[in-house]
Amino acid sequence: MTAMSTVPWLTILGLIPLVGALVVAFVPGSAENAKRMAIGFSLVTLVVGIIAATQFDRASSKQFQLGEQHSWIPQFGVSYSLGVDGIALVLILMALVLTPVCLLAAWHDVPEEAGPRGGQRVKTYFALILVLETFMVGVFAATDVFLFYVFFEAMLIPVYFLIGRFGGPRRQYAAMKFLLFSLAGGLIMLVAVIALYLQGPGGTDGFLIERLTGLQMDPTTERLLFVGFFFAFAVKAPMVPFHTWLPDAATESSPATATLLVGVLDKVGTFGMIRFCLQLFPEASQWATPVVVALAVLSVIYGALLAIGQTDMMRLVSYTSVSHFGFIVLGIFAFTNVGHAGSTLYMVNHGFSTAALFLFAAMLVRRRGSKRIPDFGGWQRITPALAGIFLVAGLSGLALPGLSSFVSEFLVLVGSFPTQPVAAVIATAGIILAALYILLMYKKVMTGPKPEGLVGEREHERLDEPARRGLTAVRDLTTREKLVAAPLIAAFVVLGFLPNLALNVINPAVDQTLSHVQKAIPNLNPAGTVAEGSSK
Amino acid sequence: MTAVAPLALPTLPAAFQQSNVDYLAILPLLIVFGTALVGVLVEAFAARERRHAIQVTLAVVGLLAAAASISVAAKHQGLTMGLTDGSSNRQLFALAIDGPALFMQGTILLMGVLGVLTMAERFGGIGPDAFTPSGASTPGSATETAAARAGALTSEVFPLTMFAIFGMMLFPTTNDLIGMFVALEVLSLPLYILSGLARRRRLLSQEASLKYFLLGAFSSAFFLFGTALLYGYAGSVYFGDLSKAIAAGPLAMNGLLLPGAFLVFVGLLFKVGAVPFHAWTPDVYQGAPTPVTGFMAACTKAAAFGAILRLAYVGLDTGRWEWTNALVLVALLTMVVGAVLSVTQTDMKRLLAYSSIAHAGFILVGVLAFDRKAVGAVLFYLVAYGFSTIAAFAIVSLVRQNGAEATHLSQWAGLGKRYPVVAGAFAFLMLAFAGIPLTSGFVSKFGVFSAAVGTGGATGTVLAVVGVVCSAITVFVYARVIVLMFFSDAPDDAVEVVTPSVSTTFSIAIGTLVTLALGVLPSALLDLADRASQFVR
Repeated sequence: MTAMSTVPWLTILGLIPLVGALVVAFVPGSAENAKRMAIGFSLVTLVVGIIAATQFDRASSKQFQLGEQHSWIPQFGVSYSLGVDGIALVLILMALVLTPVCLLAAWHDVPEEAGPRGGQRVKTYFALILVLETFMVGVFAATDVFLFYVFFEAMLIPVYFLIGRFGGPRRQYAAMKFLLFSLAGGLIMLVAVIALYLQGPGGTDGFLIERLTGLQMDPTTERLLFVGFFFAFAVKAPMVPFHTWLPDAATESSPATATLLVGVLDKVGTFGMIRFCLQLFPEASQWATPVVVALAVLSVIYGALLAIGQTDMMRLVSYTSVSHFGFIVLGIFAFTNVGHAGSTLYMVNHGFSTAALFLFAAMLVRRRGSKRIPDFGGWQRITPALAGIFLVAGLSGLALPGLSSFVSEFLVLVGSFPTQPVAAVIATAGIILAALYILLMYKKVMTGPKPEGLVGEREHERLDEPARRGLTAVRDLTTREKLVAAPLIAAFVVLGFLPNLALNVINPAVDQTLSHVQKAIPNLNPAGTVAEGSSK
Repeated sequence: MTAVAPLALPTLPAAFQQSNVDYLAILPLLIVFGTALVGVLVEAFAARERRHAIQVTLAVVGLLAAAASISVAAKHQGLTMGLTDGSSNRQLFALAIDGPALFMQGTILLMGVLGVLTMAERFGGIGPDAFTPSGASTPGSATETAAARAGALTSEVFPLTMFAIFGMMLFPTTNDLIGMFVALEVLSLPLYILSGLARRRRLLSQEASLKYFLLGAFSSAFFLFGTALLYGYAGSVYFGDLSKAIAAGPLAMNGLLLPGAFLVFVGLLFKVGAVPFHAWTPDVYQGAPTPVTGFMAACTKAAAFGAILRLAYVGLDTGRWEWTNALVLVALLTMVVGAVLSVTQTDMKRLLAYSSIAHAGFILVGVLAFDRKAVGAVLFYLVAYGFSTIAAFAIVSLVRQNGAEATHLSQWAGLGKRYPVVAGAFAFLMLAFAGIPLTSGFVSKFGVFSAAVGTGGATGTVLAVVGVVCSAITVFVYARVIVLMFFSDAPDDAVEVVTPSVSTTFSIAIGTLVTLALGVLPSALLDLADRASQFVR
């Protein structure tokens, strides 16, 4: 089931940022230098990632490729086993793109302190983000359930430190809440992981996914195991009612952390649902579908409604994510090819669009010194370029046709309609609500009369001395910020017009996963009633 | 009652038979005991200014030699120190040199080395810094001042520690109840003394010592009474006889078996700090000199669990269904009480004490799985926990304010910003206690819980689920410590981390590295523990 690779691409991908983290943290030198090195390491990782992706064979009949397998803890049946299918590959690539973008955006997040060791705090911050990148690669590439669990839990620690050390005023509370929610979910999953191994064939490699796929289990056991896994993923994703940690964590952490947290880490939840819940427990997944779909729809609507009511920009963005994750879960539990492909593409697109919303909003916040939406107003008159990219990010969030998220949202709805018509209809209302929360925010922040006491830098230069008095110049986009925005906006447009770039990689993997489900539930028709080829 | 057939009374051998002793098999025990005796002589004859160096070197060399000699003993496994009764073919051997016993001995010896090295910390003084120069004097009295002025030092802690280690090594090795009792006393008495010798906060230390002694004496009495009842039941104190007697014994005699087994377990569970026999743990952990606390937490727990394993798997194995439920209850209580009460602690040493109670509960979950794999998992857990604990307490002993240890949690605020290395190591150990992957704590918890789910049946699964929930609770506790150290600002009267000598640095480094190594590459030790998991009968 796994095509082995002669070059350990995935291990290399994981090791580069880890080495980078050590170098950044411990090699003496100025903080500026450390930042540059961090970016350098993340760019090298991205390049290696792209090279690795070219080795990926879309036509292969094996589920996992670029595989590596070594015995790790044979006494427990654990292997160090990596491999990717199309779903994991696109998610890894998304993480590899987002990391340098976030590092660049995080340039001034942590002020350098005075004193001989003042730069250490900055170095720690950048090193932690690189450590996180290692774990992000690992968690998507693990093809051993135990190894997945190790990455799943271990990645909490760098995030915990990122939130707790470099966050806002309530960071201690947010970091603790994040850790406790995630660990509670993870530890319940641990019992399920142990029990799953005992259900399987056992032996020294009994934790490999391929050995645990297609097990004949007693229905009650299978359902309990499903619940154990699903609970952890629902907390991670996050779905209503396990979502309350997200707004706190995302608001209190630095923008780069929030981006990686919501954009990549939370995807582990939905990725886990596809890889583990559906593939390993197909019957139980179908048994749980009504409840899961209800929760997904609830997340779509409730998250959107809460987003409309927010006055804090970061909080608003994090609630929109709750809504988007509802869509993703709906597509997964629709059990159709189209829905699955849509959900996977949605994960990628959501990563970019959330990154854009968080990072662009952070640019505004840094200029204004406040996260509160009522503190803004009329900013498109003083920072037109920033307003422009902010609008693009917002439109991507509300799935405007032509931008990438439209494709995925459409596919999810089309894919879930055949099997979950009621849910799909209700979820469609989420699109309208999305337009509402995005455009309302844009209106309150950007339009309206020019803010008092502030003036754009160009105009500031034109004014003569007496007229300048009492006015503060606000810079529009800096070069660094343009570099942050460019790849994200490029991703919207490219994936919006050429979604097949990703879908061609995703579709074979989706077919593989659903074929496992189909083996267990023969009357399932994953093609739904949708005409073949709508996703191709 | 009259219908009960009288049990066959053991017949005495007709003539005197010499006991068979395989001296190579008990070489590690002999070396440690010999070193302890030499230590007493050094105390009497060596000059004061050189005593400390001699004692520390002697103890460390003795422990390392004993650890090396385990490889010799491993070739001489089997029952020893006793005889085979010719007429009834009964095995009357006092010691069982087998995998679990040797594994525990090696563990205790290596952790003992780290323990001795932390106790040897002088911080530039003449004697060990943690210990008072005159333990017998009234705190604050003129005698105490005079002793301090005269430059008295307490180097007798090293022979005392060696005696304690000897008792600990004997504890999981003994093959009969009387021998187990002797080992229990040999290991306990030096610890009672060591607990009362703290240099600072001496009243608290003496209170801890007295409390430990009184409660320890009670538990020893319970153990002895249980031994008597079991002798009454089986007519023998040897585990082999006990096991056979239970297998063949009539149900009507359960009036002796049940209370006997229960009381013997009480004596052992007291030593590991299982609820409801845990009341001494926080007070003693807090009052005792910190290096002693670390040594005690790691080594006593290892020794006592070794003994519990032997009793449960060799001595009382056939009567398992009689006492398992009581032990399940104890394990549940231990996990829940340890986890919940650790949340409310404000003192670092008390916090670690409650954490050690919760860990005792997790280990009991492994014991109750009744499987060879479970034995291996328990052995692994004891090693992993022990090394982390010694390092953690060694770090606690470095954090000071005005020369005295700053153990109140609020005093640790902002430590990570000023001492990133020390605080980082401590945070890592906290993560290990919490059972985060890539630390030894995760592997050990996984081992015992998977053994419980795998072979413990429905009870095992319930125990594992409760264990996991309790782990989640304790995560809060450990995370709070990290929050304090790294995410909070230091108060104005900030504590300092004193620079330790090579010996303490070495134990902290080794403890932390072992914690990391066993988390990343555990398979070598797991393999060893697995191969050592077969008891000899």
